Order: sequence, then C-alpha cells, then structure tokens
Amino acid sequence: MPIKVENLSKIFGKKTKEATKLLDEGYSKEEVLEKTGCTVGVNRATFEVEEGEVFVIMGLSGSGKSTLLRLLNRLIEPTEGSVEIDGQNLATMNKEDLREIRRTKMSMVFQKFALFPFRTVLDNAEFGLEVQGIEKEERTQKAKEALDLVGLGGYVNQYPSQLSGGMQQRVGLARALTNDPEVLLMDEAFSALDPLIRKDMQDELLDLQETMKKTIIFITHDLDEALRIGDRIALMKDGSIVQIGTPEEILINPANDYVEKFVEDVDRSKVLTADKIMKRPETVDYDKHGPRVALERMREQGLSSIFVTDRSRNLKGYVTAEDARKAREEGVSQLSSIMKDDMPTVDLETSIQDIFNIIHDAPVPVAVTEDGKLRGVIVRGAVIAALADGNEVNGDGA
Amino acid sequence: MVLDNIPYIPVADGIDWTVDKITDWFSWLFDPIKDGFGWLLDNSADYLSMVPPIVIIILVAILAFLLSGKKFGLAAFTIVGLIFVHNQGLWEELMFTFTLVFYASLISVLVGIPVGILMSKSKLAENIITPVLDFMQTMPAFVYLIPAVAFFGIGMVPGVFASFIFATPPVVRFTNLGIRQVSKELVEASDAFGATGNQKLFKVELPMARRTIMAGVNQTVMLSLSMVVIASMIGAPGLGREVLSALQRADAGPGFVAGFGIVILAIIIDRFTQNLNKEK
Repeated sequence: MPIKVENLSKIFGKKTKEATKLLDEGYSKEEVLEKTGCTVGVNRATFEVEEGEVFVIMGLSGSGKSTLLRLLNRLIEPTEGSVEIDGQNLATMNKEDLREIRRTKMSMVFQKFALFPFRTVLDNAEFGLEVQGIEKEERTQKAKEALDLVGLGGYVNQYPSQLSGGMQQRVGLARALTNDPEVLLMDEAFSALDPLIRKDMQDELLDLQETMKKTIIFITHDLDEALRIGDRIALMKDGSIVQIGTPEEILINPANDYVEKFVEDVDRSKVLTADKIMKRPETVDYDKHGPRVALERMREQGLSSIFVTDRSRNLKGYVTAEDARKAREEGVSQLSSIMKDDMPTVDLETSIQDIFNIIHDAPVPVAVTEDGKLRGVIVRGAVIAALADGNEVNGDGA
Repeated sequence: MVLDNIPYIPVADGIDWTVDKITDWFSWLFDPIKDGFGWLLDNSADYLSMVPPIVIIILVAILAFLLSGKKFGLAAFTIVGLIFVHNQGLWEELMFTFTLVFYASLISVLVGIPVGILMSKSKLAENIITPVLDFMQTMPAFVYLIPAVAFFGIGMVPGVFASFIFATPPVVRFTNLGIRQVSKELVEASDAFGATGNQKLFKVELPMARRTIMAGVNQTVMLSLSMVVIASMIGAPGLGREVLSALQRADAGPGFVAGFGIVILAIIIDRFTQNLNKEK
C-alpha cells in the first residue's frame, strides 16, 4: 500500500480548531465560513491508493482537489490527519525526511508545466537529481533516458519556450520520471493542452504506465479524462470526497445527487442518443421460431437473452437463455409461454443520460423501438464506453 | 490657541545629539573606513587617470560593441562622447566621477540584493524595511551630506556614503519584487523536487528574478551618478565639482560643458547596464 490517507484536512484561516470542531458537529463548509471565517480546503479525506494504480481525484474548481494533492507532498501543510507512504507519516515528519521523500519517492507534474525557462530541456529534466547532488554524468544519462521515454530525445538542447504545449508537458513528465519516483502526483497535467493533444497525452500516459507501473494520483476536473485514465476515481465536492469507485461504479451507481449531476454534465451524454450507440438486434420470430432456435441463436452470438418480434419486426418481448433451455427440456414449442415483456424500451432519440438511468437495473439490454418496431439494442457496456470514450460507439447499423 | 500650548519638541537637537554621539561612539569604525576606503578610492582614480585615455576609449568602445550585440551605435557614441570629454579637458574629472559611481553602486548592490532577498522571504522584514526605503528615497539627497561629513569628513568617502543611502533603495525593491514575482508553480516545482531553501534561491528564484534585479541595478547606478554629482558639495572631486564651481561663478559655459560630460557618462553607463540585462 504505497499511500494511505486518513482524515486529512486543510482549513485555511486563523480559527482552525474551532472550525474543525464545527465540522465534527456536522456543519457545512458555508456554515463554518460564516461562523469562523475559515475556509475548508479539504475535509477529512480518507483513501488508499494501491501500488501501480492510477487514482484520479476529480471535482469542479474549488472542490479542494488541488489542495488535497498538495497535502500529499506537503506543499500545503495539513491541519489534521495523516499521509502514510511506505509506513512513514508524511504529515508529521521533519523537514529533512520530507525533503528526502520528495526527492526519491514522489514527483509532481504541474498544470502549467512549471518548467524553468532559463534551463534547457535536459537541464529541466535533471533538476530533481541536481538538487540531490548527483554527479553530472549520471544525472544527464538518467534525464536523457526519461526524455527518450517521452519522445523528446532530440530536443535536449532546446529551451522550453521553443516547444509546443504538449512537448513542454512531456518535459514536465520527464522531469518527474527522472527521479524514478514511486508516486507521480499529476495536477491537472493535461488541462492546459488543447483537446486533441490532451487525448494523445492521456494515451501516452497509459502506454507509459503499462511498463512503468507507477502509482499515479491524477487530478482533473474533466470527467472524460477521469474515466479514460482512472483505475479508480474519487469525486470531491466542497472539500470532501463524496464517492470513490471504479469508473463504472461511479457512472452506474452515483453515490448522491452531486455525483449524478456531475455524470449528467458530461455533454456527450446529452448529445448522444440511442440510435448512435445501439447495435443491430438479434431476434427470433414469434410465429416461426421456438425455444430451440432461440437458444441456438443466443449460443451463436454469446447472448443471455434474445428479443422476440413478429413478422413485421414489432417488438413482442424477450426470452432468456435459462427459460429457453428449460422449455426445450420440457418439450414446450411455443415461445409465447416463456416470453417476458418487462424489457426496458426507449426511442431512437432517447439520450444516453436517460438510458443510463434505465439500464443499470434492467435485467436485459435496452430495446430501441420506433413505432413499436425493434430497431436496435443497447448493452450496458456501450453506454459506459460512449460516456467514457468520446467516440460514438456505433453498432453495425440498425 | 491649543496648538501653541504644545511645547516645542526639540527634534533637530535630538538628531544633532544622535549624530554627535554616533560620530563619537563609532569613530573606531568610521576612521578606518575613512582612511582605508579613502585610500582605495584615491588610488583607483589615480591609476585610472594614469592609463592613456586612448586605451580606455578603445577598450570601452570594444566592450560597447560586444555588449550591444555587435552593433556599432553604442560603440560610436562611446568613442565620440569620450573624445569630446577629453577634448574639453575634463578627462581626469571623468575618471574621478566614474570611480565614485563604480564604488558607490558596487556597495549599494552588494548590500541591496541580500536585503532584497531577506525582504522577499519575510513578511516582517518587508514591513519594517519598506518604510525605511521610502524614507531614504524621499528625504532630499542633500540632507545626507550633513551626517556624512560628520562621520567621514570631506572628500570622496562621505560622497560614497551619501550615495549609498540615496541609491540603494531601487535595487532592494526590485530584488524583493523580482523574487516575489516568480510564479507560484515554479516555486512549488522546486519544493516538490526536494530543493533546499538555498537551492531554490540560487537555482530558481534568482535566475528567474535576474531581469527585474538588473533593472534595479540600473536604477541604482543612475541614482549613484546623480548623487555623486551632488556630493561635490562636500568636496568629492570629479565632474560635479566643475558644475558646482561654474554655478558659484555664474559661468554658464563651463557649467554646461561639465554637464555634458555627466550626461555622456550617464548614457554610457545606462546603456551598458541595460545591455548586460538583455544579454543571452
């Protein structure tokens, strides 16, 4: 367990004791501000990050996510709580030990890159080792390796201002990797980049992560980004962590209204509609086919249920593999006797957002109909992929 | 009248008394400074005057050429200006003035930059030093000449002292400003990578603040020059003394000629320090 955070709080202001007490009594951030004049930056954050995990902390601006990140390497002094890394409590250790941790175990990548403009790319990447007093030869070699890793091996003698934003952030990443830290703290690392570059960088980070297996704590305000790169996501609001979970858990099971709103706010979920993500349905014919055919088709396609239509593709219901098997064994030949009709149905124009609300407790895929005719099916994975990916997950026509 | 009932407060007497006491108590410090530093100033100016003017003119012109990025403008001005000063028989005065400016600004910078760093690191220091700087800059420069004479007699040393007080504030302020202006993210970056306070200062803050600090140095040097001219009133030699004596004789011609000399020196020094800032 590389990082274990317990009850970590930051209260800005003078009467921190009073503010802490009020928080304990359950007062809100606004009430605490009103009563004590103290701003609650982070309110008792507790979480653990596994080794090699990409842990995303997401929240809107002002939610305290950047403060939380800076509490982890104590760029901001915590008011309360502990940050354990390899069993050492960072929150209480002395300055020398803290410096040692910062030098060898944690590196940081910044939103606006924070490169030193008067240093070359190579000298920037060397900075972490330079302050440790490592020999020039060794640190140059390590910095060059890190720069090669991010694809900037040919730019060592350039100055940051000569590079594009994406390249500058690669230097920032290389600078953080040169120290070979266990933990990478990334503060909105890709937010300052334009969308296309941002996506490239996300992919590249994931590629690098395949081989590096660093523990990464990544701050973002962008749900898409969080869903793309996070193994787990912590959602923050008003300084508190409101939910921690895998991307799927967060989407499927929002812990409260706030998370739901956040998920709702994904633009795409409003823009994308059912017809964009549905797939061509596998069906059986109500009049022609029996349980045997239904079972065979399900087996072929690897489905656990199949929709039943009539000759003109009007949706009648569905049968599950289990029921079909039972029916076959019992020698029942009519689909109507085992067919169920409690499947969720939506229109072509239904937004992903609405489908999302329906799909997570539906027993079968969602049927997309037009005037009663079955046009497509939507599986749970497609909804999540669409939300997460930004690509339209088009089926093979409807 | 109520106001008339307030007894007269003997501020002037108090200051007189303080200056007297400081002169007495610190004579063990002031006297060696006066002698030692006076000796250094005299010798520097003398040696400088012994170098053939043509050598100095050529050296300065070459330096001007290199500093201005291999352009001829500043070098040409330097040659013409210095030849003019020589032609007017003010060469030795120029050397004295330059020596004074050089040492006065050197001391100002050597003291000013560390004080500026201290201010940038401590809010308390900033709160204390800022009003002192305001005082130093707004008090009419002539006033400093009086205690300067009490401490160091007449001549070049009190001139340098008065100039130090008058000319140090800009470099202090600009150093403080320059360091405080270093972006928060860069400071965080150096902290996050485990830099010590000194490493942060020398590897990040001072390089980042370099341009701002150099602008302060430029200001300090220019103020030193103006003060060195005023210091002629307490016997500092150089171009200022020529201006002063022309004033006393109401003699416009020599006054302006010596004034031109000061202007030429000012322009050369200003362009040199500015180009130093641009370099790289």
